[in-house]
Amino acid sequence: MSGALRIVLYEGPGAVPLAEEERFQTMAALLNGGFEVARTRVVDAAAQLVLGKFENGGPALPAAAQRRDISGLEPAQVVESARETRDQAGARKLEAWKPWFPVIDYDRCTNCMQCLTFCLFDVYGVDQQQKITVQNESNCKTDCPACSRVCPEVAILFPKYKNGPINGDVVKQEDVQREAMKVDISALLGGDLYGSLRSRQADARKRFSTERDESKALLERKRCLKELGKQLDIPDEVLMSLPSAEDISERAERAKAKLAQRQARSQTVKDTRPAPSDKEWGI
Amino acid sequence: MSETPRIVYCNCTYAKVVPPEVKGEVLRRLCASGAEFEAVADLCDLSARNDPALKRLAGGGPVKIAACFPRAVKWLFHAAQAPLPKEGVEILNMRERSADDVSRALLGGAP
Ligand code: SF4
Ligand code: SF4
Repeated sequence: MSGALRIVLYEGPGAVPLAEEERFQTMAALLNGGFEVARTRVVDAAAQLVLGKFENGGPALPAAAQRRDISGLEPAQVVESARETRDQAGARKLEAWKPWFPVIDYDRCTNCMQCLTFCLFDVYGVDQQQKITVQNESNCKTDCPACSRVCPEVAILFPKYKNGPINGDVVKQEDVQREAMKVDISALLGGDLYGSLRSRQADARKRFSTERDESKALLERKRCLKELGKQLDIPDEVLMSLPSAEDISERAERAKAKLAQRQARSQTVKDTRPAPSDKEWGI
Repeated sequence: MSETPRIVYCNCTYAKVVPPEVKGEVLRRLCASGAEFEAVADLCDLSARNDPALKRLAGGGPVKIAACFPRAVKWLFHAAQAPLPKEGVEILNMRERSADDVSRALLGGAP
């Protein structure tokens, strides 16, 4: 995979330093345009685009690096020139995707696999050591922290979330206690919720037995889910497609079976079969 | 002899979780100082892409990183197979600390 373009704003020998405000505006424009930039007095071997106000021939550059004299350029023009170089160099392009994805705190994680069995979008997988891992970051639903709610160890972070401890803030004892109260996923989002919805729907049916009341039940489900979504900050789109308690336990069984299969396979001395693919692991 | 820590600044470009006035002021002070530093648009983005830049940032000796919660930053590097060393890393949280405080910690009293 190609990395981001490495830009250097060079202010060492062979270049005139930028004025303070100009330096700030140029750096800010590049960063807001999604570029990485180092302010330096030495050009290192990793530099791909060296920007500066050069004099006396400027600094010596690594073979792969390009130089752009930015004398007289506005910050927006500097960004434009960075875009051109990025495209020529085949460096990674920016995407519209907001980097929203779970990050696992392995100091806390116990590898219980609840997140893997819960996530509908195949964000999680396991590595060769059967350790839980985040393998499809961009599948994650932007602004949805649902899987962090099912982690009994408060081990799932979303660094761009607004509140702690999900945003990476220190985990307090009360956070752990609160999580411990969620006996399992089905109690949080499956069993209890669906159970209570079912009984409310049954009550509703009794009360309105003369009407066919499916649309009311659906509205009721939506209302309850909306309430839950508000409390847990989970987008409607995700809530409406949450797995049922049965789905979750079925997925958990499938995940366990795959792990057992994988363990048995790794204990076979002369196993020449290829390792399972990511797809195979994404339960 | 102890090495001078490198400085890494995260602009958190793709979200507004770091107060704009804090990150803006920290960048301004860095630019006003004589210090060399590395500025990245968004560490989260680099981590999600497994960008090789993270290995370079993690591997070059002592470092001060201005970004967000230390626990988040630590595991973002780890997620990209670029774990930060156990020693010599200071993470400064621009979500909670003031621009003054972060700049002072980054620049260590340098002008
Ligand atoms: S639910 Fe939490 S503790 Fe369990 S595997 Fe996922 S991250 Fe680890
Ligand atoms: S590491 Fe923190 S400050 Fe940097 S982009 Fe991610 S959330 Fe923003």
